[in-house]
Amino acid sequence: MSDKVADGTPMGKPVPFRGGGFLPRSRKIVAPILFIGLVAFWEWGARTGFISPLILPAPSEAFEAFKNLLSSGLLWQHLAASLQRLLIGWFCGTLLGVIVGTMIGLFSVARSGLQPLVSAIFPIPKIALLPLFIIWFGIGEGSKVATILFGTFFPTVIATYGGIDNVDRGLIRMGQSFGLSRMSIIRKIILPGALPAILSGARISAAIAIILLVAAEMIAAEFGVGAYILMAGSLMATDQLITGVAILSCLGLIFAWLIGRAEKYFLKWR
Amino acid sequence: MDLSLRNITHHYDEVEVLRDINLDIKQGQIVCIIGPSGCGKSTLLRMIGGLERPASGEVLQLGDPPADCLNPLTYIFQDFALLPWRTVEGNIGLVLEDHKIGAAEREEIIADVLARTKLSEFRSAYPRQLSGGMKQRVAIARALSVRPAVLLMDEPLSALDSQTRELLMDDLVDLWEKENYTACYVTHNLAEAVRLGHKIVVLSRRPGEIHEIVEINMPLSERTNENAELEKIQKRLWNLMRDEARAADMELVNER
Ligand SMILES: Nc1ncnc2c1ncn2[C@@H]1O[C@H](COP(=O)(O)OP(=O)(O)OP(=O)(O)O)[C@@H](O)[C@H]1O
Ligand SMILES: [Mg+2]
Repeated sequence: MSDKVADGTPMGKPVPFRGGGFLPRSRKIVAPILFIGLVAFWEWGARTGFISPLILPAPSEAFEAFKNLLSSGLLWQHLAASLQRLLIGWFCGTLLGVIVGTMIGLFSVARSGLQPLVSAIFPIPKIALLPLFIIWFGIGEGSKVATILFGTFFPTVIATYGGIDNVDRGLIRMGQSFGLSRMSIIRKIILPGALPAILSGARISAAIAIILLVAAEMIAAEFGVGAYILMAGSLMATDQLITGVAILSCLGLIFAWLIGRAEKYFLKWR
Repeated sequence: MDLSLRNITHHYDEVEVLRDINLDIKQGQIVCIIGPSGCGKSTLLRMIGGLERPASGEVLQLGDPPADCLNPLTYIFQDFALLPWRTVEGNIGLVLEDHKIGAAEREEIIADVLARTKLSEFRSAYPRQLSGGMKQRVAIARALSVRPAVLLMDEPLSALDSQTRELLMDDLVDLWEKENYTACYVTHNLAEAVRLGHKIVVLSRRPGEIHEIVEINMPLSERTNENAELEKIQKRLWNLMRDEARAADMELVNER
C-alpha cells in the first residue's frame, strides 16, 4: 500500500504461500534405504566390537542360522506347523466373528444379549485363558488353534457390527422403498457397506493372530516358529532367536500385503 | 391409480408433527408440497410411500396400478441414495434383480431408461465419478426403470447448483409431457413449485396442517420463466408462507 511507483499504481508483491504440507506420502525408496542402512550399521558395529556379540549377534550370524535352518529342512516344518494353526484359527475366528457381528448388527435380541458379553470378554488377554484352553481342547493343536480363534473372533465381531451401524440408513431406506427383500438388503446394501470396516478389522486381527500364535506355541509345541524361538531363547542362541523373529515379521508383512490387495480389489469403488 | 390421504395425524413422542391432513393425488397430476422447515413434509412423504406409519389416519390407493408396474410408489431422494460400490448400470439393476424378469428383459429396461435420461455413455461409471446432476439423473433413471405409478420426490434438486437445477427441471417437465406421470413433489423452492405443480399444497408450521391448496390450470409446456401469471401465484404463495416461515424459524431457535 505504501510502496507505490510514481504514476500511482501499486507495485504489488506476491501473496505469501501458506498452504501445503500435512500430506505425508510414502516414497518407495526411503524404506529400503533406511533398512539396509540400519542392517549395515548393525553389522559394522558387531564386527568392530562396538556392539558386543553377547548382546546382539551380527546380522550375518543370524543369516547363517537361517541358512542352517533352511538346509536342515526344519524351516518348512516350523513354517508349515505355524501357518496351519494361523490360517485355521484366523479363518474360523474371522468367519465366526463376521457372522456373530452381523447378527448383533441386525437383530435386537442378538444385540442386547451378545454385545455386553463381547465387550466383557474382548479386553481379556487371551493368553491368560491358554491354560483353560489346554484343559478344554487338549495340549495338542486344539488349544493353539482355539487361542488364535478366540483372539481374532472378538475384534472381528466389534469391527463388523460397528461397520453395519455406520451403513448409511438412507441407502437402507432406499432399498425398502424399492421393495427389495430383507435378504437382498442385507446382501447387497448392508454387507458391502460394512466391508471397509470388516477388512480393517481383519488387518488388526491378523496381527493379533501372530502374537497369539507365538504365545500358544511356547507351550508344548514340537514345531512352529514360536517353539523355535523359545528353544533358541532357552539355549541363549540369540542368532537363532533373531532369525525366528525376522520370520515372524515377514509373516506379518505378507499378511498385511494380502489384506491390502484384498482392499484394493473389493474397495476399488472408493 | 389415485392416492388419497385421510385425516393423517402424527407425532414423535410429545412433538406433534402433522395434524389432520386430507389430500387427494389424482392420476397424471403433480402435487407439490411446500411449507416452512420442519413442518413435516418429509414425514408426510414417507407416509405416502409406506416407509412410516401415521399415528392415526390412513393413506389409500384408489384403483390398481398398471399391470406392468414393478414398484407403484417410487422415491427420488434428495441425496440420490446411490450405492457407491455399484456402477450406474448396477444401481439400476439393483432394483430390478428382485423381480421375476429375465436377464434379457432387464438389460432392455436398463438400456431404455439410460437412453431416456441421456446416460447411455456412463453405464459403467461409479457414482463418485459423476457430478451431482448426473447422480440425480441416475436416480431418476432408476426410478423410471420400475415403471412407477406415482413418483415421490423429496427436494430432489436441493443438493444441486442452480444451473443444473434448471436443466433437470426441464427434464422433469419434458418427461411429464411424454408420460404424464403422477407425482408428489416436496420442495422449499416456490419457483419449482409453480413450474411443476398442478396443485400446490401449502403446509403451516409445525404441527403441519394444510393451510391452503392452490391449483394452477396452465399447462406445463406454457410455463416459461418470465410469466406474469406464475409470478403472481408465486408472490401469493410467498405471502402465505412468510409469516409461518418466520415464526417457524424463531421456534427452532427457542427450542435449543
Ligand atoms: N425420526 C424422528 N424422530 C423424532 N422426530 C423427528 C423424526 N423425524 C422428524 N422429526 C421431527 O419432525 C419434524 C418434521 O420433520 P420433517 O423432516 O418431516 O420436516 P420437513 O418439513 O421435511 O423439514 P425440512 O424442510 O427441513 O426438510 C421436525 O421437527 C423433526 O425434528
Ligand atoms: Mg425434509
